Amino acid sequence: MQVPASFAYERASSVRDALDLLRRHGPDARPIAGGHSLLPMMKLRLAEPTVLVDLGGLAELAGVAIEGTNIRFGAMTRHADVLASPVVAEHLPILVDAERVIADPLVRNRGTVGGSLCQADPSEDLSAAFSALRASVVISGTNGDRVVAVRDFHRGPYETAVAHDELVTDVLVPIRPRTGSAYAKVERRAGDWAVAAAGAVLTLDGDRIADAGIGLAAVGATHFVAVEAEESLRGAPATPASFTTAGALAAEHVRPVADQRGPVDYKRHLVEVLVTRTLTRAAARARGEA
Amino acid sequence: MEITVVVNGRPHTRDVEPRLLLTHFLRDELSLTGTHWGCDTTTCGACTVRLDGVPVKSCTVLAVMADGARVDTVEGLATGWGEGDLDPVQQGFMTCHGLQCGFCTPGMLMTSRALLDQDPDPSPETIREAISGQICRCTGYENIVRSVRWAAEAEQAARATAASTEASGVSS
Repeated sequence: MQVPASFAYERASSVRDALDLLRRHGPDARPIAGGHSLLPMMKLRLAEPTVLVDLGGLAELAGVAIEGTNIRFGAMTRHADVLASPVVAEHLPILVDAERVIADPLVRNRGTVGGSLCQADPSEDLSAAFSALRASVVISGTNGDRVVAVRDFHRGPYETAVAHDELVTDVLVPIRPRTGSAYAKVERRAGDWAVAAAGAVLTLDGDRIADAGIGLAAVGATHFVAVEAEESLRGAPATPASFTTAGALAAEHVRPVADQRGPVDYKRHLVEVLVTRTLTRAAARARGEA
Repeated sequence: MEITVVVNGRPHTRDVEPRLLLTHFLRDELSLTGTHWGCDTTTCGACTVRLDGVPVKSCTVLAVMADGARVDTVEGLATGWGEGDLDPVQQGFMTCHGLQCGFCTPGMLMTSRALLDQDPDPSPETIREAISGQICRCTGYENIVRSVRWAAEAEQAARATAASTEASGVSS
């Protein structure tokens, strides 16, 4: 039987209240959203917070909405709500692709956008997808809000830019015209963490690529992105040859580790195939073909 | 800390440790052992209950997180002790052999009930997706999918009968 170590429990009544509680209880207090990353770690005693500050009641942090030129995701938006969102379906197919392969429907009913990003697991799919989208993260503290690019948000495995007395409140994704996106993952069995996963975002200008974002999960890509591959695409023609080149570049620059999910060569091969494949799909979607 | 959870329509107040998981709250505090405790790792789904209507794995929810919430377990599905009092999903599992050992069944029933409440006519594909967070080692899932389809069709037939009875009542 897996039992977490003892802790005290507080339920936050507002963002302000949550911040006060986190500050008052110090660095060993942790916010808890859906709990589907933190509770398993607590059961294994890999995490032993002394106080949990439950954000479950903060309805103000839930929801997906268009706000100006951005799509705003409240940090407490559940995976299931991302998957069901018509705004996401219209503008961000990469997130629909990704959410379909994140864990299983029951986990998606609890797990949240903010919790996923803050867990900062190197295999986490939303981190790769939001990095491909060049999203930004709103972090609230008692002294106000700051906005951090998601590509600067992850400081390493399980480490983020969020201080112990701060909270992620929103994720902002810019809406771009003539843009398509896609995500693909190889997993050992349904609902598992990725062996390797890739997300691609392409903005087209006629037959040329105006901008590209490529996110990678589980393969040791710094900040979850493939910058060399992105660079190779900027200004290039939107053709299969460009996508294949980008796939090869991405595979060359990742640093996967051999583990029970597979050896290094296999993971590199997956990166090449998945990057090429998602770029192809993203281009088709940008052209309105898929 | 003291919490009150409305389980199967009845409020239950208990003083619990914050680290008590919802599964153990239901099984050990309320003696509702229909909710099974399986893998302990959010994998198998045997512990699935509905939390404010939404199916969740209760081994990964703290009881204190359910304070003030509504929880529905397998014990709340049937309306009485007779065979006819069973929920259509229970009748479906019985009719189509949706279980052998029965360990996964309470969780499967809760997810199936939640699915049919949202989508009264789910395709086999939709059913497979809905139960994809739950593991059954007996049936190979085929009979579970058939059981849920059986329940969907039984409920549709019942609704059609009710509607036609109502219509004939109005016309006469």
